[in-house]
Amino acid sequence: MSQFLEISGLCARIDADGQEKQILRGVDLSIPPGEVHVIMGPNGSGKSTLSYVLAGREDYEVTAGTATFHGQDLLAMEPEERAAAGLFLAFQSPIELPGVNNANFLRTAVNAVRRARGQDELDAVAFLKMAREAAKALSMAPDMLKRNVNVGFSGGEKKRNEVLQMTLLQPTFAILDETDSGLDVDALRIVAEGVNRLRAPTFSALVITHHQKLLDYLVPDRIHVMARGRIILSGGPELARQIDQEGYTKFLAEVA
Amino acid sequence: MNALSKDMSGPLALFANRLNTLAGPERQAAAGALARTGLPDRKSEAWHYTALRALGKQDYAAPPAQVDDGAVRTLLDGVLCAHPAMAGLPRVVFVNGRHAPAFSALPDDVDLAFFAQAPRFGLQAAPDRDPLVALNTALAEDGLYVRVPAGVDGGHVMLVSLGVAGAEPVSFHPRHTVVVEKEAHLRLICVQAGQGAYFHNPVTDIVVEDGATLEHVTVQTEAAQAISLGTLYAHVGHQSVYDSFVLGLGGQLARHEVHARLGATRGVVHVNGAQRLAGQQVGDITSVITHVASDCTSRQTVRNVLDGHARGVFQGKVLVERIAQKTDGYQMNQALLLSPDAEIDAKPELEIYADDVRCSHGATVGALDDDQLFYLRSRGIPEHEARQILIDAFLDEAIALVTDATAQTFCRAVLAARFAGKGDVA
Repeated sequence: MSQFLEISGLCARIDADGQEKQILRGVDLSIPPGEVHVIMGPNGSGKSTLSYVLAGREDYEVTAGTATFHGQDLLAMEPEERAAAGLFLAFQSPIELPGVNNANFLRTAVNAVRRARGQDELDAVAFLKMAREAAKALSMAPDMLKRNVNVGFSGGEKKRNEVLQMTLLQPTFAILDETDSGLDVDALRIVAEGVNRLRAPTFSALVITHHQKLLDYLVPDRIHVMARGRIILSGGPELARQIDQEGYTKFLAEVA
Repeated sequence: MNALSKDMSGPLALFANRLNTLAGPERQAAAGALARTGLPDRKSEAWHYTALRALGKQDYAAPPAQVDDGAVRTLLDGVLCAHPAMAGLPRVVFVNGRHAPAFSALPDDVDLAFFAQAPRFGLQAAPDRDPLVALNTALAEDGLYVRVPAGVDGGHVMLVSLGVAGAEPVSFHPRHTVVVEKEAHLRLICVQAGQGAYFHNPVTDIVVEDGATLEHVTVQTEAAQAISLGTLYAHVGHQSVYDSFVLGLGGQLARHEVHARLGATRGVVHVNGAQRLAGQQVGDITSVITHVASDCTSRQTVRNVLDGHARGVFQGKVLVERIAQKTDGYQMNQALLLSPDAEIDAKPELEIYADDVRCSHGATVGALDDDQLFYLRSRGIPEHEARQILIDAFLDEAIALVTDATAQTFCRAVLAARFAGKGDVA
């Protein structure tokens, strides 16, 4: 029993073009509070599916296993309830919302979460002050709050907008799904600093990445290797460096 | 002599008592045309998607001489309160098709007159081709005549049409004329609202002279039981702009029909719109844009959000005559269906006789996007609110086409008030 995030024997499948495809095949993962864990693994191993299942995407059918968050049955909750409970997913490909103003979107989200957490809603002035400060800390251009959500944003701007949302929603558990992909070194550092600012004894993160580079800035507590829908290996930070140098082949061969 | 005595059967019988007491050659001719054609049914191509059966279910009396002022005041307040800027705008208020001076606040910089005192039928309307225009011509009692003198910026004018019906259904058939003279400018905001069962059948004759601009926004929030069938003719001169937008929300059956004619070079016509319907509502946006001169531009973007058993109809015809070279035409109709029983009937038509033109059209139909919904919900926004945000955003991209900032804000406010508490993020 964990007091924070506990995933046990999680299996999930998706119905793709009429064919059912099993993607998660028994994921076991325990993340204590205050830690940053990393999942690495070859493409198609189920990393993004795990993040979607934890965030509550309906396309996936959970066929076995459990996931609890703060002792609650995560899988029984609606996506918005999971967000209110403190879970945040930074999307690998953030979604564009034409016609939806970014500041309005952020304020609606923040106030929805505050409402659900029993906190007072923020008025427009207080919210904008907070949002502008958070955006500035991420080196985002001020006009990004006025634009439509992610519409016409560059890849790097979209990723920063994800971190901005995370900053404002104040989750206790964040999943970052390849938030580093497509970022240059400066952007990578800014994003990592954004995550580091949230680090606290009550905040944990699950970082999905292919690259050691992000981990230079975002020092992890633990590394997990995922393959064929399962966690096949876990270790300390040195495991990431080893994978960066040697690739996955060796580890996959060992468990095969 | 009475041209109608021969055939007053069928739907026309609903208006029989009034059609039998007509004076003047225009009314007589229109009544005669109406008697020959009857009201259109679905065999008529122009009315294939919109049946007038609902019209035939009840008799329509002429509106009573006296109307409850309290009811009018409540309706007018509802219109003006939607947005603080509206109460300060000059307005001409019609109640059941008759000018109501007590509720109007007439503008200064434009020339006003009323049909009741000096009937003007205009030159563009075609009673012999359109039975609803014939019905209007035969029964019109009053209407606004507004003229902006050459070179004058007429500012804003609101034309508020209120229907107030009691136990007995009434019909009214106002006849409006708008003339924007050379190099003049007018921002016209038409608002339709009401209570009870009534049939509103306005005809509007618009002339935008050379170099002039008319920004024209219609906000249709008719009563739930109302039938609203409006026909509008616009003649657009050399280098002049007719920029129109209709927001269709109310009525059990509503049709906004625009005939715009680009009669001289470098004219610009926009016939944009949005409708949001639910229940059993039928909303029809029909247009015929005719290019008869070169180097003109026409634009049409219409967005529909349809819930319940609602049905949207879009008929858009762009006719480019042989002489109208270098025409630039664009037409797009998009629909968001929120329920499996909602329906959109879209008939875009290009009819082009010139050989050097750029014209395109398209149509899309879809449901709310699952990825967008999940994205919003993953940020803690409850599902119903997330849906509302996406619906608003879809409509807002059409409302953003309204160039007059006051009218644009008004459209947003009307939508927000009507769908309050359902995820407005403003």
